[in-house]
Amino acid sequence: MEIGTYPIPEDSVRQFLAKTEQVIVIEELEPVIEDQCKVIARDVGFETEIFGKADGFLPRTGEFNVDICIEGIAKAFGIDSCECKPAKQDMELPVRPPAMCPGCSHRGTFHIMKKVFGEDAVFPSDIGCYTLGIQHGTVDTTLCMGASISVASGIYDAGEKKPICCTIGDSTFFHTGINSLMNAIYNKSDITVLILDNRTTAMTGHQPNPGMGKTATREPTVEVAFDKLCSAMGAEFVEVVDPYDMAATEDVLERAKAHEGVSVVIAKRACVISAAREGIRYTPFMVDTDLCKGCRKCLKFGCPAIEFDEVSKKASINSMCSGCGLCVEICTFNAIMEVKK
Amino acid sequence: MTSDSSNFDLVIVGVGGQGAVKVSDIIGKAAVSEGMNVRAAETHGMAQRGGSVVNYVRLGCDLGSLIPCGSAHGMLALEPVEAMRYIHDVAKDKIVVMNTSPIYPVTVTSGQCTYPDPQEIVARLEKDYRVVAFDAVALARQAGNMKTLNVVMLGAISSYLPIPEETLVECIRNMVPSNTIDTNLKAFRLGRETTRQ
Ligand code: SF4
Ligand code: SF4
Repeated sequence: MEIGTYPIPEDSVRQFLAKTEQVIVIEELEPVIEDQCKVIARDVGFETEIFGKADGFLPRTGEFNVDICIEGIAKAFGIDSCECKPAKQDMELPVRPPAMCPGCSHRGTFHIMKKVFGEDAVFPSDIGCYTLGIQHGTVDTTLCMGASISVASGIYDAGEKKPICCTIGDSTFFHTGINSLMNAIYNKSDITVLILDNRTTAMTGHQPNPGMGKTATREPTVEVAFDKLCSAMGAEFVEVVDPYDMAATEDVLERAKAHEGVSVVIAKRACVISAAREGIRYTPFMVDTDLCKGCRKCLKFGCPAIEFDEVSKKASINSMCSGCGLCVEICTFNAIMEVKK
Repeated sequence: MTSDSSNFDLVIVGVGGQGAVKVSDIIGKAAVSEGMNVRAAETHGMAQRGGSVVNYVRLGCDLGSLIPCGSAHGMLALEPVEAMRYIHDVAKDKIVVMNTSPIYPVTVTSGQCTYPDPQEIVARLEKDYRVVAFDAVALARQAGNMKTLNVVMLGAISSYLPIPEETLVECIRNMVPSNTIDTNLKAFRLGRETTRQ
């Protein structure tokens, strides 16, 4: 039988269990329905054997696919699964993790954050595009929406002496970050909260959020001001900065780090995808091959528009460049510049 | 061995941003308008952020949307390494239509990983599959826009799908922005010519 609702349809499950001797429950994530079936079976006094995750026939981690299910069913009922799979190919392939877009302001913010707070600071984070910052060493924890701030204050309360700077996106902050921030301020944590305000809910498809002044149907409405909201909750250090301005961002984060108590920094810059949709275009950047020393520093910055030519041993910038200009600051040889028209 | 619960199981792989999802959509809509039942799933990857993407489209299928390992009737690979990554989904001796022009992941540009030679990938695949491999970027450019790469590839696989060419063309017309219809139809034709038997 197929169960697509919760609470589960107990009557149907009871009828199903009444006429079966062995059942395997196949469900993603935790064995919730499996446990419920066991409870129902016990309550009614059925002898039905119920298999699933508890006895290890199906894995508790990862995502299911057809083969995992076939194997689980075969093992549970003691039948042969057909081993007609083709051999795995053994060529070594480069991994292809998703990356933040070319020109994403988060890349700049993370770069400065790591510079100011240091490699071994604690960086709790949250759920959004910026979770991809895990590849830049700037995401230490991701639990559930809004947990970045509560995890940060919890780590502080547990006696951590390293600097703690947590990151949370604009929409995630509205979702469940406000309560965590209030708690952190009220209970006197000494942490920095960096709100990555890219003016949209990018990861899930650019839905409006209360910081944008647009309703769910995109009509204009009152905009919730982050800075006023945070000040109202008692934060004494609240500043807004444009993450495309690396020097200003560095200055604000230095002061936020020095501030005792909760400091809030709002890094405000529209997501490159929304900006492009609104028709905002910047001049792309290029590498001057005469000035480039081939040090690869800009490649470590991780922008998908920056490439390296193994033959000439020089960096180059491809057509994906959105013109944010952040990599200009990265190159110590001033080899990156705007394309001249 | 292909699955007999489906008329044609197609695996579409590529890199986020190449338009793999659009291709699945067009094939799915075309099949539905031919009266077929369609099951489709985008399983991994994040379409917009350059990750590895795999989509399943099952034509004439009433069961689940995931294709059992090693049983697909065909693969459409918009990128060479991604073809190799998911090739175990395809049944032996079946058709693989592949673009040979690579997109380097950040792990390669930053020097953490190396990218294999695309011709080596073709050679490996040819041992177990029927392979049609060509530079689809060049054809897309010839059509007039790099972004039509996905439609070039759709044209190439279309010779093997149980869907009439006209139906696919009609769906492209309805599903791409109106000012790009001509470019996309040209892309489709150029792709189809690579596999016209
Ligand atoms: S950081 Fe500058 S010098 Fe170093 S590889 Fe990049 S462009 Fe060349
Ligand atoms: S300016 Fe530099 S960092 Fe910004 S998108 Fe272009 S290549 Fe990437």
